[in-house]
Amino acid sequence: MLDLTYETPKPKVIAGAKHDWELVIGLEVHAQVASNAKLFSGASTTFGAEPNSNVAFVDAAMPGMLPVINEFCVAQAVRTGLGLKADINLWSAFDRKNYFYPDLPQGYQISQLYHPIVGEGEVLVELGDGTARLVRVERIHLEQDAGKSIHDMDPNMSFVDLNRTGVALMEIVSRPDIRGPEEAAAYVVKLRQIMQYLGTCDGNMQNGNLRADVNVSVCRPGDYEKYQETQDFSHLGTRCEIKNMNSMRFIQQAIEVEARRQIAIIEDGGEVVQETRLYDPDKGETRSMRSKEEAHDYRYFPCPDLLPLEIEQGWVDDIANDLPELPDEKKARFISDFGLSDYDASVLTAETAAAAFFEKVAEGRDGKLAANWVINELFGRLKKDEKEITESPVSPDQLGGIITLITKGDISGKIAKDLFEIVYTEGGDPAEIVEARGMKQVTDTGAIEAAVDQVIADNPAQVAKAKENPKLAGWFVGQVMKATGGKANPKAVNEIVAKKLAD
Amino acid sequence: MSDLNKLTLADARDKLRAKEITSVELTEACLSAVEGGKTLNAFVHDTPDLALEQAKAADATLAKGDAPSMCGLPIGIKDLFCTKGVASQAGSAILEGFKPEYESTVSQNLLDAGAVMLGKLNMDEFAMGSSNETSVYGDVVNPWKVDDRNLTPGGSSGGSASAVAADLCLAATGTDTGGSIRQPAAFTGIVGIKPTYGRCSRWGVVAFASSLDQAGPMTKTVRDAAIMLEAMCGHDAKDSTSVDMAVPDFEAALEGDIKGKTIGIPKEYRMDGMPDEIEALWSQGTEMLKDAGAKIVDITLPHTKYALPAYYVIAPAEASSNLARYDGVRYGHRAKLSQGDGITEMYEKTRAEGFGPEVQRRIMVGTYVLSAGFYDAYYNRARKVRTLIKKDFEDVFAQGVDAILTPATPSAAFGLGEMKDADPVQMYLNDVFTVTVNLAGLPGISVPAGLDKQGLPLGLQLIGKPFEEGELLQFAHTLERAAGFVAKPEKWW
Repeated sequence: MLDLTYETPKPKVIAGAKHDWELVIGLEVHAQVASNAKLFSGASTTFGAEPNSNVAFVDAAMPGMLPVINEFCVAQAVRTGLGLKADINLWSAFDRKNYFYPDLPQGYQISQLYHPIVGEGEVLVELGDGTARLVRVERIHLEQDAGKSIHDMDPNMSFVDLNRTGVALMEIVSRPDIRGPEEAAAYVVKLRQIMQYLGTCDGNMQNGNLRADVNVSVCRPGDYEKYQETQDFSHLGTRCEIKNMNSMRFIQQAIEVEARRQIAIIEDGGEVVQETRLYDPDKGETRSMRSKEEAHDYRYFPCPDLLPLEIEQGWVDDIANDLPELPDEKKARFISDFGLSDYDASVLTAETAAAAFFEKVAEGRDGKLAANWVINELFGRLKKDEKEITESPVSPDQLGGIITLITKGDISGKIAKDLFEIVYTEGGDPAEIVEARGMKQVTDTGAIEAAVDQVIADNPAQVAKAKENPKLAGWFVGQVMKATGGKANPKAVNEIVAKKLAD
Repeated sequence: MSDLNKLTLADARDKLRAKEITSVELTEACLSAVEGGKTLNAFVHDTPDLALEQAKAADATLAKGDAPSMCGLPIGIKDLFCTKGVASQAGSAILEGFKPEYESTVSQNLLDAGAVMLGKLNMDEFAMGSSNETSVYGDVVNPWKVDDRNLTPGGSSGGSASAVAADLCLAATGTDTGGSIRQPAAFTGIVGIKPTYGRCSRWGVVAFASSLDQAGPMTKTVRDAAIMLEAMCGHDAKDSTSVDMAVPDFEAALEGDIKGKTIGIPKEYRMDGMPDEIEALWSQGTEMLKDAGAKIVDITLPHTKYALPAYYVIAPAEASSNLARYDGVRYGHRAKLSQGDGITEMYEKTRAEGFGPEVQRRIMVGTYVLSAGFYDAYYNRARKVRTLIKKDFEDVFAQGVDAILTPATPSAAFGLGEMKDADPVQMYLNDVFTVTVNLAGLPGISVPAGLDKQGLPLGLQLIGKPFEEGELLQFAHTLERAAGFVAKPEKWW
């Protein structure tokens, strides 16, 4: 396998009024586990159901109801951990995080504070300019999502929808290894890509299935390196946590805005207060979520309703053996096996569906040619129609058929584009279409010779000129192509014209 | 036949199978006893129609033969168990009007075994109390009396104890978090067993302290306890702490011999200021087991003195979290709110109105011991103590001890209202002999063994090895026969 090696990117530097400042960023990504049932109940997780229709007794915290762990969700967390090359903890445990809110029926969230199921891992974040950052993942733990409070439906009342209550989340916590807004967004994109490959989270940010809490601090150039040497956080600035970001664009904006806010405070001689903040995209600012008086004491303690979660190495090994090829591996293979460029390989491996489509097209054919057709023609055409690859009217077999016709010399590149449009809009077998509509290149030398002879016979003056200046042969080729409606094989026409003119 | 309600489960079962009586007759006798026993305030939600319907069905099953183990036997269910369509309030105002749409696993197991449910039994609010004086339904009265003084039946399963002792039902379910089955059993002269943690499913039982709560039977005899426990317990996939182990034939286990078995007498249970009568009863019990062929050894359980404080950290900590769900949002009581009140006011007013003082006290204690800065000093230390207490027992069992004999309570039943102004810790001292068993997750049984000078029943406690309830019942059965306790409260109600 090809080894992907990259330069380390430079940290983002913001010039303050007095000094330069660098950014230090860590992310807590909340990824909804792709599972039909909730973490501790059999209730459905289908998005968009009638409010309060996907609610089991335990989700509504009815008296005496007890949680029972959903083994599939555990497997999904393990799968995610393995995908991030992380340590899997065979012994983990659930804790209760206690706080009151109407969309939290139990009065506590079951989470894993002290003993998470997944330990240290890593994510390679490529930035597309030949640089990449290896971001360390500290841990992944399983926890319950809360429900949804709706405050704007009635002037006097609030409503609660418990459909999301108890849905399984993976909280993926990174180390403070991210050094700029673009890196942060690229990290989330990469995590999402890996989880989509693994089938452990659909990554849909609009539905809230992937959210991020972003920790931002600033430090002077050189301080981060001191932190790296010692792992002593005192070299870094005080961080603020921006909660619940659900778009890549907002993540970048919020980081930039928050960093500038902190720099201004420090340069004015003030101190950054560690707190949770919200990003307001309309105003382009972050603001404090709660005051000190309301600071939560979550009173974490081990959940007595659940035994520690003990899993066996053999079970983990089975999951590991079933792991699909991951983005980095697939990209490396596309580069080495198909001779693709780094860029093309990245584009084609962004989503598993596109990669699978490409691989079917490229099977037994020229990889680079297949990549060009998939990226330029197919993706371009789909984008025009706002269609996903999974909705493509052209199947891999059909596109492959078109490419085969090109490489066999049956059609020219130009005809191939016309053919692609026909297949895209009307469907059908490319070879049959070419046959039925007479789009095939004429390779029958007899027919081409006849056409050439005719052009020569019709244009004696040109023949005379061409005999003195062989460059004029092109004019004859053009005439022959015209006479054959573009179907003559250009290579054959060239050869015959050259031969006849030389006679 | 008169006084059918006075039968034991075993006798009633045999008579039903011999077609000497019908379940409807038996149930009607109990229903009229329940009606006549209102003064005791034991039954708080009666279900006579349901009971008669179940009794008729039981009679039909009995007529066909091959009836399940408790077919046609009328029992009472502690209010802590959720019973489908029947009020289940855990003795609290905050669950006012709550009728679950589900049946707890334990009560369902009993119904599946053919038992007839007469109604729901009074208890301390959320099972927090040792005198049944914290209930929203009011105090339960012990059928045993001294002069004209009304006595406590103990708690928290006070309604269950009083109802069984007064023959309002043949048996009842209880729950035991720190002694809530064994202490009231001792105060009312009946048998109560708390099985090993994990034996009975907690699903559908309103939680007090999840790592300590266990359901168990409260019965007139040890044999009845064996019959009923077998029907109640068993693995339940809906409770992750329920143990996947086969349930033995507990009644058959009674017949064995205890010759050569070893009984440990822990010196740490000899408390300062313990009444002589309790001390004497304990010695008599020891002699009885010795006479039956058991070897008696003195043992030490060195961490016993830390058990009560550890218990009163762990149980309130878990309770403070378990009771957070009673917030007025989805079911039960919600306080009337004023204009401008928000979510916080809704919580504060609802919980202030819905929870009684003892429950509020424990929620506050629990919240405190889990809070940042105090967690390690209280909760974590209490957990360490718990581990040590568990190890004390493991060591003793590893040395060959088969069961441990202790007093069940430090005193006989006391007067209702007598402790009302006392320091709450005085009340907590009632659990001093029983909490260790919950902390260690072991089975414990209280067996009536004698009367004190005032004529009130006293109980002895036997503590067994984990999941050795069969052996424990056998010891208890031996003790019961030797003690020959047959006293009954004189009917005054």
